[in-house]
Amino acid sequence: MIPPDATLGQPTDADGPVFAEPWMAQAFALVVQLQRAGHFTWPEWAETLGAELRAAGSDDGSHYYETWLKALERISLAKGLTDLATLDDRTEAWEHAYEHTPHGQPVTL
Amino acid sequence: MTGAHHHDHDHDHEGQDVPSATALRVKALESLLVEKGLVDPAALDAIVDAYETKIGPRNGARVVARAWTDPAYKARLLQDATPAIAEIGFMGSERPHMIVVENTPTTHNLVVCTLCSCYPWLVLGLPPVWYKSTAYRSRAVIDPRGVLADFGLTLGDDVAVRVWDSTAETRYLVLPERPAGTEGMDEEALAGIVTRDSMVGVAKVVVP
Repeated sequence: MIPPDATLGQPTDADGPVFAEPWMAQAFALVVQLQRAGHFTWPEWAETLGAELRAAGSDDGSHYYETWLKALERISLAKGLTDLATLDDRTEAWEHAYEHTPHGQPVTL
Repeated sequence: MTGAHHHDHDHDHEGQDVPSATALRVKALESLLVEKGLVDPAALDAIVDAYETKIGPRNGARVVARAWTDPAYKARLLQDATPAIAEIGFMGSERPHMIVVENTPTTHNLVVCTLCSCYPWLVLGLPPVWYKSTAYRSRAVIDPRGVLADFGLTLGDDVAVRVWDSTAETRYLVLPERPAGTEGMDEEALAGIVTRDSMVGVAKVVVP
Protein backbone atom coordinates (compact mmCIF):
# COMPACT_ATOMS: atom_id res chain seq x y z
CA MET A 1 0.00 0.00 0.00
CA ILE A 2 1.44 3.32 -1.03
CA PRO A 3 0.68 6.11 1.42
CA PRO A 4 -1.00 9.17 -0.16
CA ASP A 5 1.79 11.57 0.75
CA ALA A 6 4.28 9.40 -1.14
CA THR A 7 2.47 10.20 -4.37
CA LEU A 8 1.48 13.77 -3.61
CA GLY A 9 -0.05 15.38 -6.68
CA GLN A 10 0.31 12.29 -8.84
CA PRO A 11 -1.97 12.32 -11.90
CA THR A 12 -4.60 9.64 -11.32
CA ASP A 13 -8.03 8.56 -12.40
CA ALA A 14 -10.58 6.35 -10.68
CA ASP A 15 -8.38 3.29 -11.15
CA GLY A 16 -5.09 4.73 -9.96
CA PRO A 17 -2.05 6.43 -11.47
CA VAL A 18 -2.08 7.42 -15.12
CA PHE A 19 1.03 7.88 -17.24
CA ALA A 20 1.48 9.81 -20.45
CA GLU A 21 4.74 8.16 -21.46
CA PRO A 22 6.41 4.80 -20.69
CA TRP A 23 9.36 6.33 -18.84
CA MET A 24 6.92 7.76 -16.30
CA ALA A 25 5.65 4.29 -15.45
CA GLN A 26 9.25 3.11 -15.22
CA ALA A 27 10.22 5.93 -12.85
CA PHE A 28 7.11 5.20 -10.79
CA ALA A 29 7.92 1.47 -10.67
CA LEU A 30 11.52 2.17 -9.60
CA VAL A 31 10.35 4.13 -6.58
CA VAL A 32 7.82 1.48 -5.59
CA GLN A 33 10.40 -1.25 -5.98
CA LEU A 34 13.24 0.54 -4.16
CA GLN A 35 10.92 1.16 -1.24
CA ARG A 36 9.76 -2.46 -1.21
CA ALA A 37 13.39 -3.59 -1.21
CA GLY A 38 14.03 -1.39 1.80
CA HIS A 39 16.38 1.16 0.23
CA PHE A 40 14.28 4.00 1.57
CA THR A 41 11.04 4.39 3.44
CA TRP A 42 7.84 6.01 2.23
CA PRO A 43 8.24 8.94 4.66
CA GLU A 44 11.76 9.54 3.30
CA TRP A 45 10.42 9.42 -0.23
CA ALA A 46 7.51 11.70 0.60
CA GLU A 47 9.89 14.25 2.08
CA THR A 48 12.22 14.14 -0.95
CA LEU A 49 9.39 14.35 -3.45
CA GLY A 50 7.69 17.11 -1.50
CA ALA A 51 10.87 19.20 -1.50
CA GLU A 52 11.30 18.77 -5.25
CA LEU A 53 7.65 19.64 -5.90
CA ARG A 54 7.98 22.80 -3.84
CA ALA A 55 11.19 23.69 -5.69
CA ALA A 56 9.50 23.11 -9.03
CA GLY A 57 6.71 25.56 -8.21
CA SER A 58 3.29 25.49 -9.78
CA ASP A 59 2.61 22.74 -12.28
CA ASP A 60 -0.57 21.77 -14.06
CA GLY A 61 0.50 18.15 -13.70
CA SER A 62 2.29 17.92 -17.03
CA HIS A 63 5.73 18.03 -15.41
CA TYR A 64 4.90 15.87 -12.42
CA TYR A 65 7.07 12.92 -13.43
CA GLU A 66 10.03 15.11 -14.32
CA THR A 67 9.93 16.28 -10.73
CA TRP A 68 9.37 12.69 -9.58
CA LEU A 69 12.51 11.64 -11.47
CA LYS A 70 14.53 14.46 -9.92
CA ALA A 71 13.45 13.29 -6.49
CA LEU A 72 14.31 9.70 -7.40
CA GLU A 73 17.75 10.77 -8.58
CA ARG A 74 18.28 12.82 -5.44
CA ILE A 75 17.29 10.06 -3.02
CA SER A 76 19.33 7.47 -4.95
CA LEU A 77 22.43 9.67 -4.68
CA ALA A 78 21.75 10.50 -1.03
CA LYS A 79 21.38 6.82 -0.20
CA GLY A 80 24.56 5.95 -2.10
CA LEU A 81 22.69 3.67 -4.52
CA THR A 82 24.69 5.26 -7.33
CA ASP A 83 26.81 8.35 -7.87
CA LEU A 84 26.37 11.28 -10.22
CA ALA A 85 29.40 10.59 -12.44
CA THR A 86 28.31 6.99 -12.99
CA LEU A 87 24.76 8.08 -13.74
CA ASP A 88 25.91 10.75 -16.21
CA ASP A 89 28.21 8.28 -17.96
CA ARG A 90 25.45 5.70 -18.18
CA THR A 91 22.99 8.22 -19.61
CA GLU A 92 25.48 9.10 -22.35
CA ALA A 93 26.16 5.44 -23.01
CA TRP A 94 22.46 4.77 -23.61
CA GLU A 95 22.16 7.77 -25.90
CA HIS A 96 25.11 6.50 -27.91
CA ALA A 97 23.63 3.01 -28.02
CA TYR A 98 20.31 4.29 -29.41
CA GLU A 99 22.09 6.34 -32.05
CA HIS A 100 24.20 3.43 -33.24
CA THR A 101 21.92 0.41 -33.00
CA PRO A 102 20.19 -0.37 -36.29
CA HIS A 103 16.42 -0.36 -36.25
CA GLY A 104 15.02 -3.77 -35.44
CA GLN A 105 17.83 -4.78 -33.12
CA PRO A 106 17.56 -4.52 -29.36
CA VAL A 107 19.42 -1.56 -27.93
CA THR A 108 22.06 -2.79 -25.52
CA LEU A 109 25.19 -1.33 -23.99
CA MET B 1 29.70 -0.16 -38.03
CA THR B 2 27.49 2.67 -38.97
CA GLY B 3 25.97 3.12 -42.37
CA ALA B 4 26.57 -0.41 -43.56
CA HIS B 5 23.46 -1.88 -42.05
CA HIS B 6 20.31 -0.94 -43.86
CA HIS B 7 17.09 -2.85 -43.92
CA ASP B 8 15.17 -3.43 -47.07
CA HIS B 9 12.23 -1.22 -46.39
CA ASP B 10 11.66 2.20 -45.01
CA HIS B 11 14.17 2.06 -42.19
CA ASP B 12 16.36 4.63 -43.75
CA HIS B 13 18.54 5.78 -40.90
CA GLU B 14 21.29 4.08 -39.02
CA GLY B 15 20.30 4.23 -35.42
CA GLN B 16 17.02 4.21 -33.58
CA ASP B 17 14.94 7.03 -32.23
CA VAL B 18 16.83 8.43 -29.30
CA PRO B 19 14.49 8.79 -26.34
CA SER B 20 14.16 12.13 -24.62
CA ALA B 21 16.86 13.17 -22.15
CA THR B 22 14.44 12.37 -19.34
CA ALA B 23 13.64 8.91 -20.65
CA LEU B 24 17.36 8.21 -21.09
CA ARG B 25 17.94 9.27 -17.51
CA VAL B 26 15.34 6.79 -16.25
CA LYS B 27 16.86 4.07 -18.38
CA ALA B 28 20.34 4.87 -17.05
CA LEU B 29 19.19 4.85 -13.45
CA GLU B 30 17.18 1.68 -13.91
CA SER B 31 20.04 -0.20 -15.57
CA LEU B 32 22.48 0.84 -12.83
CA LEU B 33 20.12 -0.18 -10.03
CA VAL B 34 19.33 -3.49 -11.71
CA GLU B 35 23.02 -4.23 -12.25
CA LYS B 36 23.80 -3.62 -8.63
CA GLY B 37 21.00 -5.95 -7.65
CA LEU B 38 19.13 -3.18 -5.87
CA VAL B 39 15.92 -3.75 -7.78
CA ASP B 40 14.55 -6.85 -9.43
CA PRO B 41 13.90 -6.24 -13.15
CA ALA B 42 11.06 -8.77 -13.18
CA ALA B 43 9.34 -6.89 -10.37
CA LEU B 44 9.78 -3.62 -12.25
CA ASP B 45 8.28 -5.16 -15.38
CA ALA B 46 5.37 -6.44 -13.35
CA ILE B 47 4.60 -2.96 -12.07
CA VAL B 48 4.92 -1.40 -15.52
CA ASP B 49 2.77 -4.15 -17.03
CA ALA B 50 0.11 -3.55 -14.44
CA TYR B 51 -0.15 0.00 -15.66
CA GLU B 52 0.47 -0.51 -19.35
CA THR B 53 -3.14 -0.30 -20.32
CA LYS B 54 -3.44 2.93 -18.38
CA ILE B 55 -0.84 4.84 -20.31
CA GLY B 56 -2.28 5.39 -23.64
CA PRO B 57 -5.25 3.63 -25.15
CA ARG B 58 -7.59 6.29 -23.90
CA ASN B 59 -5.56 8.92 -25.77
CA GLY B 60 -6.09 7.03 -28.99
CA ALA B 61 -9.73 6.48 -28.08
CA ARG B 62 -10.21 10.23 -27.79
CA VAL B 63 -8.71 10.75 -31.23
CA VAL B 64 -11.05 8.13 -32.70
CA ALA B 65 -14.12 9.49 -30.92
CA ARG B 66 -13.33 13.02 -32.14
CA ALA B 67 -12.92 11.74 -35.70
CA TRP B 68 -16.27 9.96 -35.49
CA THR B 69 -18.10 13.04 -34.33
CA ASP B 70 -16.29 15.84 -36.14
CA PRO B 71 -15.94 15.38 -39.93
CA ALA B 72 -13.53 18.31 -40.25
CA TYR B 73 -11.29 16.81 -37.59
CA LYS B 74 -11.44 13.44 -39.31
CA ALA B 75 -10.36 15.01 -42.59
CA ARG B 76 -7.38 16.66 -40.90
CA LEU B 77 -6.51 13.44 -39.11
CA LEU B 78 -6.47 11.35 -42.27
CA GLN B 79 -4.57 13.98 -44.19
CA ASP B 80 -1.85 14.70 -41.62
CA ALA B 81 -2.25 12.80 -38.39
CA THR B 82 0.68 14.14 -36.39
CA PRO B 83 -0.62 17.70 -35.92
CA ALA B 84 -4.23 16.50 -35.69
CA ILE B 85 -3.31 14.25 -32.78
CA ALA B 86 -1.34 17.08 -31.19
CA GLU B 87 -4.51 19.21 -31.33
CA ILE B 88 -6.04 16.98 -28.70
CA GLY B 89 -3.19 17.98 -26.49
CA PHE B 90 -1.12 15.01 -25.52
CA MET B 91 1.91 15.04 -27.72
CA GLY B 92 4.88 13.94 -25.68
CA SER B 93 8.53 14.73 -25.99
CA GLU B 94 8.99 12.06 -28.63
CA ARG B 95 7.08 12.68 -31.80
CA PRO B 96 7.30 9.99 -34.42
CA HIS B 97 5.38 10.70 -37.59
CA MET B 98 1.85 9.33 -37.27
CA ILE B 99 -0.37 8.03 -40.04
CA VAL B 100 -4.00 7.18 -39.42
CA VAL B 101 -5.60 4.57 -41.68
CA GLU B 102 -9.36 4.28 -41.89
CA ASN B 103 -11.34 1.06 -41.78
CA THR B 104 -14.36 0.97 -44.07
CA PRO B 105 -16.91 -1.69 -44.97
CA THR B 106 -14.55 -2.79 -47.76
CA THR B 107 -11.11 -2.21 -46.23
CA HIS B 108 -9.63 -3.45 -43.00
CA ASN B 109 -6.28 -2.18 -41.73
CA LEU B 110 -3.87 -4.05 -39.50
CA VAL B 111 -0.74 -2.64 -37.85
CA VAL B 112 2.42 -4.59 -37.11
CA CYS B 113 6.10 -3.94 -36.70
CA THR B 114 7.80 -6.86 -38.41
CA LEU B 115 11.29 -5.94 -37.27
CA CYS B 116 10.79 -5.18 -33.63
CA SER B 117 7.87 -3.66 -31.82
CA CYS B 118 7.52 -0.04 -32.93
CA TYR B 119 4.18 1.04 -31.61
CA PRO B 120 2.30 4.33 -31.38
CA TRP B 121 2.58 4.37 -27.60
CA LEU B 122 1.76 8.02 -27.39
CA VAL B 123 -1.80 7.18 -28.36
CA LEU B 124 -1.94 3.50 -27.39
CA GLY B 125 0.29 3.10 -24.35
CA LEU B 126 2.84 0.32 -24.09
CA PRO B 127 2.52 -2.50 -26.60
CA PRO B 128 0.81 -5.67 -25.42
CA VAL B 129 2.91 -8.82 -25.23
CA TRP B 130 1.34 -10.39 -28.32
CA TYR B 131 2.27 -7.35 -30.42
CA LYS B 132 5.91 -7.93 -29.53
CA SER B 133 5.75 -11.67 -30.18
CA THR B 134 7.62 -13.22 -33.08
CA ALA B 135 4.47 -15.09 -34.06
CA TYR B 136 2.43 -11.93 -34.58
CA ARG B 137 5.27 -10.05 -36.24
CA SER B 138 6.03 -12.83 -38.70
CA ARG B 139 2.45 -13.88 -39.49
CA ALA B 140 0.70 -10.52 -39.76
CA VAL B 141 2.15 -9.84 -43.20
CA ILE B 142 2.05 -13.39 -44.57
CA ASP B 143 -1.34 -14.41 -43.23
CA PRO B 144 -3.23 -11.40 -41.92
CA ARG B 145 -6.63 -13.09 -42.22
CA GLY B 146 -5.37 -16.01 -40.18
CA VAL B 147 -4.04 -13.66 -37.52
CA LEU B 148 -7.35 -11.80 -37.41
CA ALA B 149 -9.22 -15.09 -37.14
CA ASP B 150 -7.07 -15.97 -34.12
CA PHE B 151 -8.28 -12.73 -32.58
CA GLY B 152 -11.85 -13.80 -33.33
CA LEU B 153 -12.30 -11.47 -36.28
CA THR B 154 -13.36 -13.16 -39.49
CA LEU B 155 -13.59 -10.92 -42.51
CA GLY B 156 -15.52 -11.62 -45.70
CA ASP B 157 -13.78 -12.03 -49.03
CA ASP B 158 -15.20 -8.69 -50.09
CA VAL B 159 -13.09 -6.93 -47.46
CA ALA B 160 -9.53 -6.07 -48.47
CA VAL B 161 -6.95 -6.38 -45.71
CA ARG B 162 -4.08 -3.91 -45.68
CA VAL B 163 -1.12 -4.46 -43.38
CA TRP B 164 0.97 -1.51 -42.23
CA ASP B 165 4.51 -2.17 -41.10
CA SER B 166 5.59 0.36 -38.48
CA THR B 167 9.05 1.81 -38.43
CA ALA B 168 11.03 3.91 -36.03
CA GLU B 169 9.98 6.98 -38.00
CA THR B 170 6.37 6.18 -38.82
CA ARG B 171 3.69 4.76 -36.57
CA TYR B 172 0.21 3.80 -37.65
CA LEU B 173 -3.09 4.08 -35.89
CA VAL B 174 -6.24 2.42 -37.20
CA LEU B 175 -9.40 4.49 -37.27
CA PRO B 176 -11.99 1.76 -36.69
CA GLU B 177 -15.50 1.89 -38.09
CA ARG B 178 -18.07 3.53 -35.87
CA PRO B 179 -20.46 0.74 -34.94
CA ALA B 180 -24.16 0.96 -35.73
CA GLY B 181 -26.33 1.84 -32.78
CA THR B 182 -24.03 4.58 -31.47
CA GLU B 183 -25.80 7.48 -33.17
CA GLY B 184 -26.98 8.85 -29.85
CA MET B 185 -23.60 8.70 -28.13
CA ASP B 186 -21.49 11.79 -27.57
CA GLU B 187 -17.73 12.01 -28.01
CA GLU B 188 -16.92 11.07 -24.45
CA ALA B 189 -19.21 8.05 -24.44
CA LEU B 190 -17.77 6.94 -27.77
CA ALA B 191 -14.22 7.21 -26.45
CA GLY B 192 -15.29 4.79 -23.75
CA ILE B 193 -16.05 2.00 -26.19
CA VAL B 194 -12.95 2.32 -28.41
CA THR B 195 -10.49 -0.43 -27.51
CA ARG B 196 -6.76 -0.67 -27.96
CA ASP B 197 -7.14 -3.75 -30.12
CA SER B 198 -9.49 -1.95 -32.49
CA MET B 199 -6.86 0.75 -33.02
CA VAL B 200 -4.19 -1.84 -33.85
CA GLY B 201 -6.69 -3.46 -36.20
CA VAL B 202 -7.13 -6.84 -34.57
CA ALA B 203 -10.70 -6.15 -33.49
CA LYS B 204 -13.74 -4.11 -34.37
CA VAL B 205 -15.40 -1.70 -32.00
CA VAL B 206 -18.57 -3.19 -30.60
CA VAL B 207 -21.32 -1.61 -28.58
CA PRO B 208 -21.10 -3.09 -25.08
